[in-house]
Amino acid sequence: MSDTAERVKKIVVEHLGVEEEKVTMEASFIDDLGADSLDTVELVMAFEEEFGVEIPDDAAETILTVGDAVRYIEKQTA
Amino acid sequence: MIDLSGKKALITGASGGIGEAIARKFHALGATVGLHGTRAEKLEQIASDLGERTVVLPANLSDREAVTQLGKDAEAKLQGVDILVNNAGITKDGLFIRMKDDDWDQVLEIDLTATFRLTRELTQPMMKRRAGRIVNITSIVGVTGNPGQVNYCAAKAGMIGFTKSLAQEIASRGITVNAIAPGFIESAMTDKLNDKQREGILSSIPMKRMGTGEEIASMTAFLASDAAGYVTGQTLHVNGGMAMF
Repeated sequence: MSDTAERVKKIVVEHLGVEEEKVTMEASFIDDLGADSLDTVELVMAFEEEFGVEIPDDAAETILTVGDAVRYIEKQTA
Repeated sequence: MIDLSGKKALITGASGGIGEAIARKFHALGATVGLHGTRAEKLEQIASDLGERTVVLPANLSDREAVTQLGKDAEAKLQGVDILVNNAGITKDGLFIRMKDDDWDQVLEIDLTATFRLTRELTQPMMKRRAGRIVNITSIVGVTGNPGQVNYCAAKAGMIGFTKSLAQEIASRGITVNAIAPGFIESAMTDKLNDKQREGILSSIPMKRMGTGEEIASMTAFLASDAAGYVTGQTLHVNGGMAMF
């Protein structure tokens, strides 16, 4: 797992209080990890802070899974 | 017993009558108070009077960048704002048909937009801490309306809708959002009334007297305290019975 993926995973585990093994790249924040809409906004803000990137609303809407987040951040920070 | 020991509160408009009463009450109950206002020397005077546990934060709320900066400064200097009291407000009265755009804009900007911007700035860290108290000082006229005050009444009614919506959005994060609607309160503003106006107002109040800043401050302290943990999205009326809902 890449460094970005590890950091994303850590934020998701901390924020949603879910077990680490559930946080796979395919896991959907809402359907698999029990996030509500406010959680997803908070996660996006946490990613922005952790990685120093800006994630506009239209991009945030496309981030549905852990993998989506990792790929988006890797693209921005590459 | 209401105790605010260890709590850090930002009170906007603390150089005005009600705001100053809230600041003094919070301080007396043990809170560290951030005093916002436009008159820095008045804020300094209140701060030196109160002594320790005070931070003076002057800012012009009609300047949007200054509002954002106020939120950042308060969060940094108070090391986390637990309680936000949006109390600052202005009036620019006039009959509707003659009301200038500027009078409308200024009142909406300071009474409503600044509340939105400052609250947004401070809600984010509150959400992270999973705790917070937001108290918006609206007005009885935001519910009843008042001739000559379409701008002020629109802003104050707006604050009530804002309070209800935000309360629903962030209740799950341990943050309560409530409003207080004062009736006629003794202040520099009501001192200007002549005897006839005064009499007219008093006749509409079952208690036959104006309220005091202290009486608004008590309700604010209650809503800001742990005692009010299950109260959110409400507008509490403190008006001597002049309107009942």
